[in-house]
Amino acid sequence: MSDIEARVKEIVVEQLGVNADEVTADASFIDDLGADSLDTVELVMALEEAFECEIPDEEAEKITTVKEAVAYINSVQS
Amino acid sequence: MSLQGKVALVTGATRGIGRAIALSLGEQGATVIGTATSENGAAAISEYLQSAGIQGKGMVLNVTQENAIDDVVTAIESEFAAPDILVNNAGITRDNLLMRMKDEEWDDIINTNLTPIFKLSKRCVRAMTKARWGRIINITSVVGVMGNAGQTNYAAAKAGVIGFSKSLAREVGARGITVNSVAPGFIDTDMTSGLPEAHKTALLEQVPVKRLGEAEEIAAAVSFLASPLAGYITGETLHVNGGMYMN
Repeated sequence: MSDIEARVKEIVVEQLGVNADEVTADASFIDDLGADSLDTVELVMALEEAFECEIPDEEAEKITTVKEAVAYINSVQS
Repeated sequence: MSLQGKVALVTGATRGIGRAIALSLGEQGATVIGTATSENGAAAISEYLQSAGIQGKGMVLNVTQENAIDDVVTAIESEFAAPDILVNNAGITRDNLLMRMKDEEWDDIINTNLTPIFKLSKRCVRAMTKARWGRIINITSVVGVMGNAGQTNYAAAKAGVIGFSKSLAREVGARGITVNSVAPGFIDTDMTSGLPEAHKTALLEQVPVKRLGEAEEIAAAVSFLASPLAGYITGETLHVNGGMYMN
């Protein structure tokens, strides 16, 4: 697991109050982890802060799983 | 001092209701940033806060100016901390009968009395969400609920504020943030002092308490809604109007 993936998982666990073993790469924040729309907005805010980037709303909408979050962060950091 | 350690942002705080709100929140222990549209106004706010022994200052904010809202809140965050309490008070009137109302008179009211409430709330609610605590208090008007001839623009904006508050209250309630409106009736301020005497007399006949309200009486309602003990009140409109309108 990459450092970014581990950090993203940590943030998801913290923000959504779920167990670490539920947070698989493909787990959907809303369908699998019980997040509501406001939770996902907050999650994106937390990611922005942790990775010191700004995620535009149209990109944020596409981030629905850990895998997608990691891919996005990789794409802006490289 | 129930608001000790909180930062409050009050728009339109130079005089009248806004000034009374700024002083009242300050007396409860909050650090208060009051905004004015001019440098002179901001200096006057700093002065009255200081002479009341309240932490904070006046800042210039023209709510209709592009980026002005973001700049002011950013300045508050760096000098003090993100606002925990936002009081959207700034407002103007451009009264006219509908048949004579110019497009500018309509636009001025929407741009000053309604749109900034959206922008300021949006700018401030992120930090409140993170803090899991926040108070947004929007000053509306009895006119937004009852209507008033000559104020279609003002009434539309003020009714809009109430609908906005209820919707936002539903969005952020789970994060410890309450969003309420305070609806003053006829209060003794510059805004009402221009009314013709005969109009005032006629108005007072509809007010069971038989007098104009004081700005401090609006401020007391705002301070109550800002207090930690009011945390179970949200999406509500608190009418302070001497019984002129009873919900």
